[in-house]
Amino acid sequence: MGKKKEEKVMDDKVDVDRDDGASWWLVQKGIGASFICIALFALLVRVAVSLHPYSGAGNPPKFGDYEAQRHWMEITLNLPVTEWYRNSTTNDLSYWGLDYPPLTAYQSYVHGLFLRFFDPESVSLFTSRGYESYLGKLLMRWTVLSSDALIFFPAVLYFVCVYYTSHNSSRRNDIVWHISMLLLNPCLILIDHGHFQYNCISLGLTVGAIAAVLSQKDLVASFLFTLALNHKQMSAYFAPAFFSHLLGKCLRCKSPLLEVIKLGLVVIGTFAVVWWPYLHSADDFFGVLSRLAPFERGLYEDYVANFWCTTSILIKWKRLFTVQSLKLVSFTATVLTCLPSVVQQVLAPSGKGFLYGLMNSSFSFYLFSFQVHEKSILLPLLPASLLALEEPRPFRWLTHHALFSMFPLLCRDKLILPYMAMYALFTLLYLTPGGRSRLKKTDHSSSIASIMISFLYLCSSILHIVYLTIRPPEKFPYLFEAMIMLMCFPQFALCAFYSNAKQWLLSKHSTVDKEKKLI
Amino acid sequence: MEDQSAGRRGNLLPQVLWFFFIAACVKLLLVPSYHSTDFEVHRHWLALSHSLPVSDWYLDETSPWTLDYPPFFAYFERFLSIFAHLIDPEIVDIQNGLNYKANSVIYFQRISVILSDLWLLFGVYRLSKKLEVKRRDLMWVLIIWSPGLVIVDHLHFQYNGFLLGWLLLSISFLQEGRDLMGGFVFAVLLCFKHLFAVAAPVYFVYLLRHYCWKGMVRGFSRLSVMGALVVAVFAAAYGPFVYHGQIQQVLRRMFPFGRGLCHGYWAPNFWVFYILLDKELAFFLRKVGFNIQVPSASFTGGLVGDSSPFAVLPQITPVTTFIMVLLALSPCLIKAWRNPIPGMIARWIAYAYTCGFLFGWHVHEKASLHFVIPLAIVAVQSLEDARHYFVLSIVSCYSLFPLLYEAQEYPIKVLLLLLHCALMWIGFSAQYAEDAVARATATATAPAPAPAKKKVAQSKLKAAASDEGGFVIGWIGKIYLFGLLVVEIWGQFLHPYLLGDKLPFVPLMLMSIYCSLGIMYSWIWQLRWIIKPT
Repeated sequence: MGKKKEEKVMDDKVDVDRDDGASWWLVQKGIGASFICIALFALLVRVAVSLHPYSGAGNPPKFGDYEAQRHWMEITLNLPVTEWYRNSTTNDLSYWGLDYPPLTAYQSYVHGLFLRFFDPESVSLFTSRGYESYLGKLLMRWTVLSSDALIFFPAVLYFVCVYYTSHNSSRRNDIVWHISMLLLNPCLILIDHGHFQYNCISLGLTVGAIAAVLSQKDLVASFLFTLALNHKQMSAYFAPAFFSHLLGKCLRCKSPLLEVIKLGLVVIGTFAVVWWPYLHSADDFFGVLSRLAPFERGLYEDYVANFWCTTSILIKWKRLFTVQSLKLVSFTATVLTCLPSVVQQVLAPSGKGFLYGLMNSSFSFYLFSFQVHEKSILLPLLPASLLALEEPRPFRWLTHHALFSMFPLLCRDKLILPYMAMYALFTLLYLTPGGRSRLKKTDHSSSIASIMISFLYLCSSILHIVYLTIRPPEKFPYLFEAMIMLMCFPQFALCAFYSNAKQWLLSKHSTVDKEKKLI
Repeated sequence: MEDQSAGRRGNLLPQVLWFFFIAACVKLLLVPSYHSTDFEVHRHWLALSHSLPVSDWYLDETSPWTLDYPPFFAYFERFLSIFAHLIDPEIVDIQNGLNYKANSVIYFQRISVILSDLWLLFGVYRLSKKLEVKRRDLMWVLIIWSPGLVIVDHLHFQYNGFLLGWLLLSISFLQEGRDLMGGFVFAVLLCFKHLFAVAAPVYFVYLLRHYCWKGMVRGFSRLSVMGALVVAVFAAAYGPFVYHGQIQQVLRRMFPFGRGLCHGYWAPNFWVFYILLDKELAFFLRKVGFNIQVPSASFTGGLVGDSSPFAVLPQITPVTTFIMVLLALSPCLIKAWRNPIPGMIARWIAYAYTCGFLFGWHVHEKASLHFVIPLAIVAVQSLEDARHYFVLSIVSCYSLFPLLYEAQEYPIKVLLLLLHCALMWIGFSAQYAEDAVARATATATAPAPAPAKKKVAQSKLKAAASDEGGFVIGWIGKIYLFGLLVVEIWGQFLHPYLLGDKLPFVPLMLMSIYCSLGIMYSWIWQLRWIIKPT
């Protein structure tokens, strides 16, 4: 505050909000204006990332996720609804068959219409396989961009508005900082706009649902979350948290049963609407359902930093057990690790506890469930970024390792440059001068811990360089991938443990004033 | 809080670097975007300066992109070519490197521009060192995050940030009263790019009057020191070419007057109106019954030969434009002679470049950066300047849009402009709301209110301040900016939709005309400010 006093002595009213820091001018006009600024910047960054190659660019015959999405547009556009998930002469499911829930199919249909309007060739049946062109790429990129701007951004705005109506005391600089952390998450941007996926839709719907939960609109929340679930089955990572929190809340109402029924009706109703075309025959229904559970793809994919893949260095899970038993084991492990956070939320539902619960349940899915992909780290990262202001350091730590764990994937996609730029951008924004007051307050880690942290940062940067420059030995072609996985897994496990502990401590610390404090 | 703000005061460098690196990240992401032929021009210069002896630099004709910048820029390319050679020898191969498109050359050249922007950063840093925190941050936003520079340097491809860095450095020295250094740096800048010479009269008059006009003996010695310094700079630049007897050739390359009055896309300047008037007159006279020859050379074609492109109005020669620029400059020169104040120098230099842009020969739309960037220095000084700058920088950035005509860059340029608008709007509002409060506070002569009433008094002051006028754009400005939107929507969507391929030049022409209105307004505004008695 010293500077202010010098500047104008009379103006000693200076509220806490109008603070110094590089973003002082951003906060003057209120949150709306700041949000618009950051959103424009975030969009610019997304467009810039989208200039780079997508997954499987120029790599026949299977290409990559880009081709998968384009192929879905082709299928949904040219075939009747019931044929979308069915193997036939016109729909070869072995070539990027649709394996996401119907909402993704509808979204593909809408985007397909958009593509057909400007570039009919890019979505024509059969002939468009492996279609790659300047215009085609551009249009596809714009579909992701518009989905992001129309779903994820408003959801974040909704969340921020809800989250900070309760935190009256927080500085505006903090809020602006938090918005930038949410909108400029390097992992999400690189996967959606670089690698090519539509995570922004399902994650956006989830953020919207979370915001609705925090603002006590439980019905809206369950509607939005059901939509998220119907866009990507991976959203089920969050289901235990939603379930437990909403159940916990219902149990505390006057008539728990009525509340539960209301929520159940909304969920079932939404499901029924989304699945309507497939509800006419059991065949169709189970056909779609079986497409959504890709058990044939194995316990894990590539070198994902989860429990199964990491321990497979010592225990060859895939060889020792049948798929059936592995399914059971992984399911049990997931449920067991979810359980503490679920129980906590059922017993003492609270806003903050809910956010931690989201992180915990998504972490237990990421670490222990069947068929996990590197990209699934986006799911635990989402609640972590929602909690960024509470837990800035773990958030940064997690983001660093989440990015790192996706490094081999992004390398394959030739996205090294955006990877570096996005990482640098994230670090710079995280360290915005005067952007956040909490850094100082939480800066009391012991010297041993900070040495340890610096050492790990050093290790990971060395590993980055090694991965890029040195060819692995013939005998172990995936040596470096395994090393990256070995570095990331303990950090993820640590984060999961930490947030579990935090969630439980939460109910211990504030059993009394929890209700009024946390929404 | 105390230590944090102290840190913000004491340690400027990390903060300005923060702004720089944020921009650098975005620029890095933009590496694979479209680049113009200027990319190949600069690559060829790298090759040429690396593989040929100095005596051949201005003679070489391996590529149509012959060296047409002054020698310092060639030396600069020579310096860069050392690293280019280390990275990929093919880049600097004069024959095999032609139209080289490998990733190495793209990364190398793009990153060289990003790094050369450090010089711009240095200029801004020097300029803003003494300013109060908020004005300083605002200036950084306006210059380091300038959308025009991103479009021209990091998409289209040029080294304007680096060159403007020299200009800002020179201005910063002049503002500090270190005239000798200011003059020296400007001389260096002229040897990098001669287009900056438009401001030379201003420099000449200002330095003569402010630095040398100090009595007979002292003045003469100062004049000779300054003269010697400038001559030394020019000797360092042109010496080798004088030695090889090529100075004529060098000058011929640097001043290709055969290129015609207007560039392919008309830069939004005065000549747009002139051409338009000519066309209208020709049309009108033909209607009346005169036999008017339709000129063979078309303005929209880009290349204008020797034949007069005008049907009715007199031919414009380089000399005409030269005289017009000098005439337009004269009020500023007189003012600088009468009352040379360091505080006005940024304004004068910007005005000089505005005149050069409006009336010059073969002006590129990119040249608008030469006055928009220096005007950022004054924009943070007063409310009126901010209002003017808001409109001007939007117009200037918008006039750069045709440089990026491919669909891929469309969202980028639009988002850059929108972000710039939003940042300016928020930044200026914040700055001048506070200024207004401070002013109102200062004018309130009442004794300090009791502590309990302070808050009420404060809010009253604020209300008074907002009455006095914070950062608002007048209705004319609003309508004008809205018109910009209409022009863009017409050009991008309605015109192709309604008229198809008919009249393909209309959207660009509309843009030129509309933007030149804005630039003319800016010129008149600046002129008014300059002739205003101080």
